[in-house]
Amino acid sequence: MALLSKANQEALVGPLNLNNPVVVQVLGICSALAVTAQLEPAIVMGLSVTIITAFSNLIISLIRNSIPNRIRIIVQLVVVAALVTIVSQVLKAFAYDVSVQLSVYVGLIITNCILMGRLEAFAMMNKPWPSFLDGIGNGIGYAIILIIVGFVRELLGAGTLLGFQIIPDWCYEHGYVNNGMMTMPAMSLIIVGCVIWAHRAYNKELQ
Amino acid sequence: MNSLRKYFDKIKPNFEEGGKLHAFRSLYDGFETFAFVPNTTAGRCGTHVHDAIDSKRIMSLVVIALVPALLFGMYNVGYQNALAAGQLENATFWGMFFYGFLAVLPKLIVSYVVGLGIEFTVAQWKHEEIQEGFLVSGIIIPMIVPVNTPLWMLAIAVAFSVIFAKEIFGGTGMNIFNVALITRAFLFFSYPSSMTGDDTVWVSQDVICGLGYAVPDTFSAATPLGDIAAGATALSSSFCDQVVGLIPGSIGETSVIAIALGACLLLWTGVASWKTMLSVFVGGGLTGWMYNALGLSPLDACQHIVLGGFCFGAVFMATDPVTSARTEGGKWIYGFLIGFVAVTVRVLNPGYPEGMMLAILLMNLFAPLIDYCFVSHNISKRAQRAIKK
Repeated sequence: MALLSKANQEALVGPLNLNNPVVVQVLGICSALAVTAQLEPAIVMGLSVTIITAFSNLIISLIRNSIPNRIRIIVQLVVVAALVTIVSQVLKAFAYDVSVQLSVYVGLIITNCILMGRLEAFAMMNKPWPSFLDGIGNGIGYAIILIIVGFVRELLGAGTLLGFQIIPDWCYEHGYVNNGMMTMPAMSLIIVGCVIWAHRAYNKELQ
Repeated sequence: MNSLRKYFDKIKPNFEEGGKLHAFRSLYDGFETFAFVPNTTAGRCGTHVHDAIDSKRIMSLVVIALVPALLFGMYNVGYQNALAAGQLENATFWGMFFYGFLAVLPKLIVSYVVGLGIEFTVAQWKHEEIQEGFLVSGIIIPMIVPVNTPLWMLAIAVAFSVIFAKEIFGGTGMNIFNVALITRAFLFFSYPSSMTGDDTVWVSQDVICGLGYAVPDTFSAATPLGDIAAGATALSSSFCDQVVGLIPGSIGETSVIAIALGACLLLWTGVASWKTMLSVFVGGGLTGWMYNALGLSPLDACQHIVLGGFCFGAVFMATDPVTSARTEGGKWIYGFLIGFVAVTVRVLNPGYPEGMMLAILLMNLFAPLIDYCFVSHNISKRAQRAIKK
């Protein structure tokens, strides 16, 4: 079997566009609202979820035939929790500031609907390699949306990107004021709505 | 009038299918139906109500009812400017009025151009008839913001609320929230330093076209409610000034008398519901009396009603037929809770000196639920009556 056969490509690329976990399946919205006030935590969150989805898919897929059906959710949770703990510790060790900003949301990745959805719907009935690709695809699909929302919110809410000032002082001197509502979670819901709007307007078959 | 009709008829072919100005069909349609009652009505058969008044005529009535408050607001802008500059004895009535007129006019223009521009574009794009809902919102929006709100902020807020509070819900008549209040809420949460507080947002401080007076930079004026929220126990303005409206505040909200004139017109023509209006005042009055008796608020019930945006909200915004409760019993509860929440926010939340905007938006959200309860109660009552017989 080729490593990137048609089905595997679909597992990897599908979640980026037509099967996107956030804008099409509308999963993982809570963390998209919570951590996107700035771009940096949004990127870190997207990467963390990508890694955790990919490896939990891989591990569950490897042991899928030996998991008793009645306790499969518990087994999945244990695997996810172990991975979340590893990621959380790594963040604390190497990116302490960001892990403080993300606070409980790294721990809450364990309750992210995308993870359980992929484990239940894909990893339990597919081989390890496609499951791994599916995990990476879904994680990146989630990360893209987070980065778009974080980009808009940080640019309009604070006038910066990744902490660097983008909007010049000249604008502030002439009366420009940062939009305080962009730093509130309510606005990220509206931005996600706009992304969904644009995405569906472009992809007519989703309407 | 006849020549206007002839002119409309003459230019009409340009806008029809294949005409050279077809792209502006909705614009033409909007102005034609605004100027003249359309001569097409529902069929003679069936159960249609035939009435000369359509929603454009109702909107025009509300706009006329708003005019006294708008004119007084313009005068008050000039009055506050002269007062702040210490030049009140030198200022003339017309000088102050034209100063305020020039200060308010750009806001009115920005509000209408942005809002109607979006409405016309959407109507043209969706091949729908032009919708008239923005006629009223467009005049209310400049009246509920402080006079020093920058025009670009106003433009962004109007665009945001027309798109997100109205068009995505399906346009005029479909919106859940009052569009003008969403504009104000957007400004309030996005740019709090330009919308509230005791610094310089409430009084215009520059000379406009040679009129008015420059006010020293150190000047600051708060609204009476702002003073109270900051911990004052007595008001600096007299009750008479508060009723007449010569106090700092959003442009159109200060004068109880001017608003009362508009309220009379709305009630006389039956455009606004007297039940909603009355119950807002009852709710606000009772709640204000309660907090005053409990010692939580230094203001008595009367002052709670005449200060801030209470009257303006009760008369022009709580009675909005689209977003308020529609069942007759529901109107009482809807209005009462608006009054209750508005005064409660004022008294219990020191961060928000004024609660009318939040109260009306909150109850807009609950209006469908109130209606649902009343309708299902009615249905079960009638069902029981049928079963007994």
